[in-house]
Amino acid sequence: MDYERILSRTAQEIKPSGIRKFFDLLGDMKDVIALTVGQPDFVTPWHIRVSAIESLEKGKTYYTSNSGTLELRTEIAAYTARRFGLTYDPKDEIIVTVGGSEAIDIAMRSIVNPSDEVIVPQPSFVCYGPIASLAGGTPVFLETREKDCFKLTPEALRAAITPKTKLLVLPFPNNPTGAIMTAEDLEGIAEILRGTDIMVLSDEIYCELTYGREHVSIASLDGMRERTVIVNGFSKTYAMTGWRMGYTLAPREISKQMLKIHQYAIMCAPTASQFAALEALRNGDEDVAMMRAEYNRRRRYLVGGLRGMGIDCFQPEGAFYVYPNISRFGLSSEEFCQKLLYEGGVAIVPGTAFGDCGEGFARISYAYSVEHIAKALDRIEKFIGTL
Amino acid sequence: MNELLKLLENDARLSPETLALMLDKETGDIKKMIEEYEREGVIVGYHTMIDWDKTDREYVTAMIEIKITPQRDRGYDYIAQKIYNYPEVETLYLMSGGFDLAVFIKGRTMREVAFFVAQKLATLEDVVSTATHFVLRKYKDNNVVYGAVPVDERGNEF
Repeated sequence: MDYERILSRTAQEIKPSGIRKFFDLLGDMKDVIALTVGQPDFVTPWHIRVSAIESLEKGKTYYTSNSGTLELRTEIAAYTARRFGLTYDPKDEIIVTVGGSEAIDIAMRSIVNPSDEVIVPQPSFVCYGPIASLAGGTPVFLETREKDCFKLTPEALRAAITPKTKLLVLPFPNNPTGAIMTAEDLEGIAEILRGTDIMVLSDEIYCELTYGREHVSIASLDGMRERTVIVNGFSKTYAMTGWRMGYTLAPREISKQMLKIHQYAIMCAPTASQFAALEALRNGDEDVAMMRAEYNRRRRYLVGGLRGMGIDCFQPEGAFYVYPNISRFGLSSEEFCQKLLYEGGVAIVPGTAFGDCGEGFARISYAYSVEHIAKALDRIEKFIGTL
Repeated sequence: MNELLKLLENDARLSPETLALMLDKETGDIKKMIEEYEREGVIVGYHTMIDWDKTDREYVTAMIEIKITPQRDRGYDYIAQKIYNYPEVETLYLMSGGFDLAVFIKGRTMREVAFFVAQKLATLEDVVSTATHFVLRKYKDNNVVYGAVPVDERGNEF
């Protein structure tokens, strides 16, 4: 069959995730120290796992309501109020989704019309552009710069806005740079958007992993709640990536549209995972504090280690990545990472996997033990000595 | 600074340089703090955790419950000292509840441990009774799960 002629043009036009190519190189290579993963090395805390097991033992194997159990939505509302001072009605402003990814998908599909432009700051998580395209929109990539601490600046945003602009993606705390946006930074963005028809998709999946400064949601700024969809979830905060638990927070008019898409495509998030998430919100604060403290120690260790060997490294304030500038070695990001892999035995991710503007950078994850990071740093130091 | 102690409790091999980076301190300060902890007896020793089951060493571990009648004037400390001075005794706790002292002993054989209890412990004048329990398997000790070799099974997603 001539699949190319038959299959969806939109699907065919989407590029596979850039990182795959790099990991195909990794293959079965032995003795490689990887600092590549984007997920916690902690196992989901035991009391959270137990609550899912108990739900299965009790036979809670049914669908829940489309938007998730009311109990869980109520707990999400309480958490959001407690942490970020935001009020969302559990009845019709919160949807429990299959991970943050589905939340991003239903938000884009509910907001974007054909030929609408979606502004995506980069470097950032890989899914925004392709999902915007699938929703019929046109992604417009906007570079954040090291000299601006990888923040989105009002000037850059203003320059990117056209009459077609419909949605701004706000991916902070940021994967891969570790950049955050303070209340002041966000105010500069909000000022431009107030009074326009531009909506915001604020991906706050790393909101609990900031070091030193508490996360602020753009929705908590004057006049912003009405135009913002917050995407959040349990993966990074509670080390629950495999449970696939995310959620959206949005005004009821937007939630109503998102719920229809969720209803037909997903039905509801997995029930056992919802019970685990409920326990996480009710009794997981200490786990989060413990993991945050541990990430913070690793962050300082890794940044200190890289700087100590003369690698320029932006000081990350959130998530669990550092994003060193490797341009002075005179290699492209991909060349550097390939050489480091083959000759140095350490795997890190080229910055270009997160957008073309990632050229000259690489992402190093510190979701690994200090011992593991120490071994990798030793190898990196030896490797750059050969360049 | 409990954070430093917790890190060392978990891994005594962390170097002062590493600890300094992790805790955002100067290496010299970390060294000073550790020395002070050692001097004050807050840090009392460093050990390596060994899974002897994976070696050819023949051994048994036993926990012995001891009930005692403490003598007037000398209380529990006196009898405790008489017990912990035996090098065979690895660990000794004073307990609340159904018995008074919990003694952990390693011996080459059950017989050796049983003789030690019968000859050295049961005969102490304050001891009323003993009960010896042999450990069949160590699942977890000092936060470390024994037997399992951790494997990183995480996928490379973002």
